[in-house]
Amino acid sequence: MTTGTRTPVPVDLAPLRSYRRRRGLLQVACVIISAFMAVPIYLIAVAAFSTRAGLNQFPQPFYPANFGTETMSTFLSSTGITAGFINSMTVGIGTLLLSSLVGAPAGYAIARYMFRGKDSYQLFLLFTRALPIVVLSVPLARVFLAAQIYDRPVAVILLHSALALPTTILITSSVFLAVPVDAEEAARIFGCTPVGAFMRVVLPLALPGMAAASIFTFVMSWNEVLGATILTFSQRTLPAQVLSSLADSPLAYRFAGGLVLVIPALIFIAIMRKYLLNMWGTTIR
Amino acid sequence: MAEIQINNLVKVYPGGSERANDDVSMHIDDGEFMVLLGPSGCGKTTLLRQIAGLELPTSGSIAIGGRDVTYMPVHQRNLSMVFQSYAVFPHRRVRQNIAFPLKMKKLPASDIDKKVAWAAELLQLTPYLDRFPAQLSGGQRQRVAVARAIVLDADVLLMDEPLSNLDALLRLSFLSELKRIVEQIGTTTVYVTHDQSEALSLGDTVAVMRSGKVSQMGGPLDIYDWPADTFVGSFIGSPPMNFLDGILQDGLLDIDGHRFTAPANAPRSGKVRVGIRAEAVGVVDDEGPNTLTATVQVVEPLGASILLTVEVGVHQLKVQAEPTAKTRTGDTVILRISDSAIRLFDPETGLAWLTGDSA
Amino acid sequence: MLFLFAYPMVEGIRAGFTSDLTGALTLDNWGRMVNDPYFTRAVRNTLLLIVVVIPVQFLFAIIMALLLQAKPRGTALYFYLWAIPLAISDLAAGLVWLSIFADQGYLNSVLVGFGLQPFSWLSYQSPGTQFLAVAMAEVWRATSLVLVIIVSGMQGIPKDYDEAAAVLGANYWQRLRHITLPLLKPSLQVALILRTILAFQTFAVAQALTGESFPLLVGETYRWYSALNNSNVASVYSLVIMAISMITAVAYLRILRDQSRQVAK
Repeated sequence: MTTGTRTPVPVDLAPLRSYRRRRGLLQVACVIISAFMAVPIYLIAVAAFSTRAGLNQFPQPFYPANFGTETMSTFLSSTGITAGFINSMTVGIGTLLLSSLVGAPAGYAIARYMFRGKDSYQLFLLFTRALPIVVLSVPLARVFLAAQIYDRPVAVILLHSALALPTTILITSSVFLAVPVDAEEAARIFGCTPVGAFMRVVLPLALPGMAAASIFTFVMSWNEVLGATILTFSQRTLPAQVLSSLADSPLAYRFAGGLVLVIPALIFIAIMRKYLLNMWGTTIR
Repeated sequence: MAEIQINNLVKVYPGGSERANDDVSMHIDDGEFMVLLGPSGCGKTTLLRQIAGLELPTSGSIAIGGRDVTYMPVHQRNLSMVFQSYAVFPHRRVRQNIAFPLKMKKLPASDIDKKVAWAAELLQLTPYLDRFPAQLSGGQRQRVAVARAIVLDADVLLMDEPLSNLDALLRLSFLSELKRIVEQIGTTTVYVTHDQSEALSLGDTVAVMRSGKVSQMGGPLDIYDWPADTFVGSFIGSPPMNFLDGILQDGLLDIDGHRFTAPANAPRSGKVRVGIRAEAVGVVDDEGPNTLTATVQVVEPLGASILLTVEVGVHQLKVQAEPTAKTRTGDTVILRISDSAIRLFDPETGLAWLTGDSA
Repeated sequence: MLFLFAYPMVEGIRAGFTSDLTGALTLDNWGRMVNDPYFTRAVRNTLLLIVVVIPVQFLFAIIMALLLQAKPRGTALYFYLWAIPLAISDLAAGLVWLSIFADQGYLNSVLVGFGLQPFSWLSYQSPGTQFLAVAMAEVWRATSLVLVIIVSGMQGIPKDYDEAAAVLGANYWQRLRHITLPLLKPSLQVALILRTILAFQTFAVAQALTGESFPLLVGETYRWYSALNNSNVASVYSLVIMAISMITAVAYLRILRDQSRQVAK
């Protein structure tokens, strides 16, 4: 019936060769695409770190031939930049805190207490993203003017929080949903108060996801240009500052500004890689 | 239908140091039902996946129907497979699921309809043909997976633990139905499972695997009666084979001071590991040749029999008793061992001293 | 939260119909918007951008996702690089590509290196290449968003389906067509809606690259608000944008919902 080896049929290696060839092509394709994605960032870094004279050189060298921190330092010391930086940080952190404070309990409530209309809620969230920031900013500017919080970071924090809240709530509710109710109930059986159970069991498990959401909110706030520009005048966030002085500024300024705005993105994605997929996965469901 | 020849197959996963499949060779005849049996991690699924082409071997070769397929792309191998998770396409109706292999082969529509109807009939799916998988129960989805696998007359049918996701009752009923269908169609089949009773009831041949190697390959009854080592003995059969330490000298077997007649053609003497199945140990009323005394520790009424766990010196034995036995925990009983059922194993390597052929 | 959304919306709608001079309700603002020479160009540019950029992005993103799915060596690194642009604001993206498209930028440097004439890509005299520059920057920036959505969608598809299809005789393209893409549809829907809506809001990219000479709807809104100091007309623009966005979103949902109804739950 069945025994061990018999005279083997010679192994056909052709499919193995074509398989290996295809893997090679795959790598090539990936490298090309990576180049398309990464090279522009490299280029602007080179440009931002060139001397003034170097920038006027034509054709431009592709490697840091004229390395100099002149452009960057001019940019960084230009009017409003440091202030802009501080404002962006303030707004970013403020938004982060506000949306977390409001978003976490809301997310918890949604996760634990089923409510009908979950699907329509998700639709609603989609639509709120649909709302152009424009639509809000212009009238909001009026309102804030009246309330006398115009041109203050607070105003931008409110706007950004309002924009970030739907997404934050969505993320926090999925995070809390992932924590099994059993763990909480077990904690309560073993003597914890409901709040205690929340603090000891749910929070530690939810923290990574919430941290991810917070970082996401921060970066979105940092990058937000239009609303911040409309809502502020003298106390601008960094992007708003760069935007408003765009027309009058020399090329060097713009390059340096570009690089500064890009760097947080690099850091952000490096940290967020794992969470990116989880987040978007949950927002789809 | 085709025969399968596997020669010296080795599979090492990239980044791993152990061999998932360690020099495995086997020949499966045309039309044979081969079961790969073993605990998790033994390499049975890896072997199946290499036959399917879902994994590529590190070395060795696989040939189907005389054709080398070692590195052939999956879709060219003319195989069929039933997955543990069924893998029934959720976005297509049952009819289209079953028709899928035929559609990939670009068969004419009338042929497709005929074959789909035949497969559906065979698996009693005809009323469900126009439903979506989400509207079916687990067992019904299983049938769809099987129907889809048999609809095209593939060279080889592969099954990866198809029954393990079903509940116990469904599993039993579907087991016999599956056997009937496969026998009717007659395709060469390779079936992977960790359940030894499934393996014994389904297979023409059972290959017991452990740590990447094949421990023993043979008919179900042979493997049951003459296990090649202590691992196979303890893995096959419910309850597992009992093992006792003893010394063989001058034709007599000494276990804890009790004497038994040793099997006639024992090749050597000395320390030995004795294997004996629960049903070969009986409860008797008086002492006599080949008996020993034991204390009952656990009594498990199973309906058709009673399973006793008894203590003999330092050993623990499982004994199969009559359903009417009135034994209770703590009782002392007299056990007789049927000497034709005694199996001898090397205490160090676990290998059997005798095989079935020499009995 | 409702306050922050609802009130401004009402205000905005009202403002659109209010004349800035008399404070009375009027359709004047609409007239001013439509008659502004930049209006038609803004509409045209925005629509053109959407029609061109979005299909390209989706094709690109799907290809990238499939490449990643094949797990080449260095998958993690590739994913990192390809996802970076998603966190970059459109202003920054514009500035990055400015360094390439500027008159003395890198693109012209390459051309000169090959002995060709440099070209003024960003001048208002050649709207064609202006469009090209903005489109490039947008494709570069926003493809990663689509990519991430598609990749996470793909990860949600159990590997078993693809393997089963392969064993049952489907080659790569057949599997793509019959298994992967259909099961990816929900993700594609979400990505499409999201991306289109965001595309209507393209603004800073064009500002960075071309300044005022490449009008876009949102850019016009900004201009009316700040430079021309007429927040009413700006509101009108906002409403138009919002209306178009909503109509498109609803349209998508309708079209795609009919198709997905076939997969009954």
